[in-house]
Amino acid sequence: MANIKLTNINKSYGSHHIIKDVSLDIKSGEFIVFVGPSGCGKSTLLRSISGLDQVSSGTMEIDNAVVNDVPPSKRGIAMVFQSYALYPHMSVFENIGFALENQGLPRAEIKKKVEAVGEMLQLTTYLTRLPKALSGGQRQRVAIGRAIVRGAKVFLFDEPLSNLDAALRVQMRMEIAKLKRDLPNTTMVYVTHDQVEAMTMADRIVVLQAGRVMQVGTPMELYENPNSVFVAGFIGSPKMNFITGKPADKLKAKTIGVRPEHFEFSKTATDISGTLDYTEVLGSDSFLYVSTPTGMLTVREPGRTQYKTGQKLHLKPIAEHVHRFGPDDNRL
Amino acid sequence: MTAQILYAFFTVLLGVGGCFGYFYGSNWLLDRTFPANANNDASAVRNLRIQANIRPWLFLGPALLLLSVYLIFPVIQTVYLSFHDRAGDKYVGLANYKWAFYDDQFRLSIFNNILWLAVVPALCTLMGLIIAVLTDRLWWGNLAKSLIFMPLAISFVGASVIWKFVYDYRGEGQQQIGILNAIVTYFGGDPQVWIALPFWNNFFLMAILVWIQTGFATVILAAALRGIPEDTLEAATIDGAGPFKIFFRIMVPQIYGTILVVWTTITVLVLKIFDIVLTMTNSQWDTSVLANLMFDWMFRGGGDFGRGAAIAIVIMVAVLPIMIWNIRQANAEQKGH
Repeated sequence: MANIKLTNINKSYGSHHIIKDVSLDIKSGEFIVFVGPSGCGKSTLLRSISGLDQVSSGTMEIDNAVVNDVPPSKRGIAMVFQSYALYPHMSVFENIGFALENQGLPRAEIKKKVEAVGEMLQLTTYLTRLPKALSGGQRQRVAIGRAIVRGAKVFLFDEPLSNLDAALRVQMRMEIAKLKRDLPNTTMVYVTHDQVEAMTMADRIVVLQAGRVMQVGTPMELYENPNSVFVAGFIGSPKMNFITGKPADKLKAKTIGVRPEHFEFSKTATDISGTLDYTEVLGSDSFLYVSTPTGMLTVREPGRTQYKTGQKLHLKPIAEHVHRFGPDDNRL
Repeated sequence: MTAQILYAFFTVLLGVGGCFGYFYGSNWLLDRTFPANANNDASAVRNLRIQANIRPWLFLGPALLLLSVYLIFPVIQTVYLSFHDRAGDKYVGLANYKWAFYDDQFRLSIFNNILWLAVVPALCTLMGLIIAVLTDRLWWGNLAKSLIFMPLAISFVGASVIWKFVYDYRGEGQQQIGILNAIVTYFGGDPQVWIALPFWNNFFLMAILVWIQTGFATVILAAALRGIPEDTLEAATIDGAGPFKIFFRIMVPQIYGTILVVWTTITVLVLKIFDIVLTMTNSQWDTSVLANLMFDWMFRGGGDFGRGAAIAIVIMVAVLPIMIWNIRQANAEQKGH
């Protein structure tokens, strides 16, 4: 059990201010996902928690103890790297057991623990192999095994799935979710740029942009009540539509945001009329790309669509699902 | 002077032109003899296959020929000489090798060579590794590496002349100008004739080669260290390994292949060591090594082609396996990346 508390954390490399005054309260046993575009500082923030990077100012607490000056190995954390960071010259067994060896555990105990973890991750038959003789998914599992075996209170994941192909990514996503279920007391912090991973795995999501926390909340909170244009645009796929001009003025907003599924079609002309440019039919849904005077809008229709390319469409946002944003791009 | 420059110019012109002419001409001849646009498809295919089989040999031919004349033939000739008497006329069987086996000077040279082999490659590689690690994280590390690399550009003879001053000894009553004696006398010791101290003088000569070759080891190993994925080191940090454990358990095993290549490259060099001994001591005071012994028997006072050749063969047989292993290892390294 370990909570993590960040208070006014700043991090600069020379003149580059990467993390700007981040404060965050991560509860014990929570699965937190840091999400944001590349360069937003999410990995740096994770590395600051791990201790691999020193913070420039602010306090970092793990399990109610300030850890600013505590070395990574003493923070009770384990980390899974994007590249897996397996030791190429060591067998799977040695890779998983290295941390235990450093703790000075007797051989027999290391063997017992590594084999238990190997079994848990279906690696038993691979324990004598070198990492280069494993598939991507197996390597990922070894990296996770290395974290589990230490019994760390906090797991840090740095984009662990971005090197895997799409099918394997979905599978590993489920395995990590299952791992979280099996280790309910372990706090997990997970960094990704993929909002689908964030939405599907997180208890709470932290959206970062340019080193600042934009919003913290459960996936549905962020989806339903984004507090800024940035969060609204980042969470959800396809992206939320942003409309300015007359339809926004009418609602006393600078910008209004409407998700693709929150449009109705009208028989008569509306504020938002345009021609259907292009359709993507996925079977379960269809995406209609409508070119309007305020720009290209995406509309989601369940199942197949009856509309033809080139057809004139009149769109009407469903009033209760319209997000209003002011001139500062914040929610009104 | 002008004539010489002109000669050089025409030689280059003739050489390059000749090469060009040969490759172009032989290729043209091949194309003409086995035309690819033959009357029917079957013979065109056949001709193309013949062309592909012959062309490499045409292009490699001159190089192979020169290599045979200047490398393979001398080896055969040396083997031949080693089984003949001092003038190279009469077959004497293994007599020259037998002589070497019982000769004190030969035994001393072998012993010295083994000393060199034990000390120089190990010391160069070790110091290269330490310097590479230490300079990796410093902003002036590259400058330091360049300075350490510089002696590699100096010829062995040049380096020996420099080090002669380091070990210089002046007779009693004269001012000592060698830095080593200067240091010794500063601390109250007596000046020594360093290069004439039997046994220890070997190490003073080795210091010169270490000074030259450490830069080579440093540069190669530094590049290998850069190739170690940073996150394996970070993972080890999180796994609780200290700096020494990270160095020996994570870094060194990952560049093990490169360390061996550096080690064996220097080993081959050391087996052939000649210039430093010749320049510094001329094999006196028990510093003789095989190459110098060979030189003495072959071209100097010895005047015995048979014995000189036998020593040369001993050196070659010693170098060959290391050389082959080294080339294989280097190829394997390149394939790995």
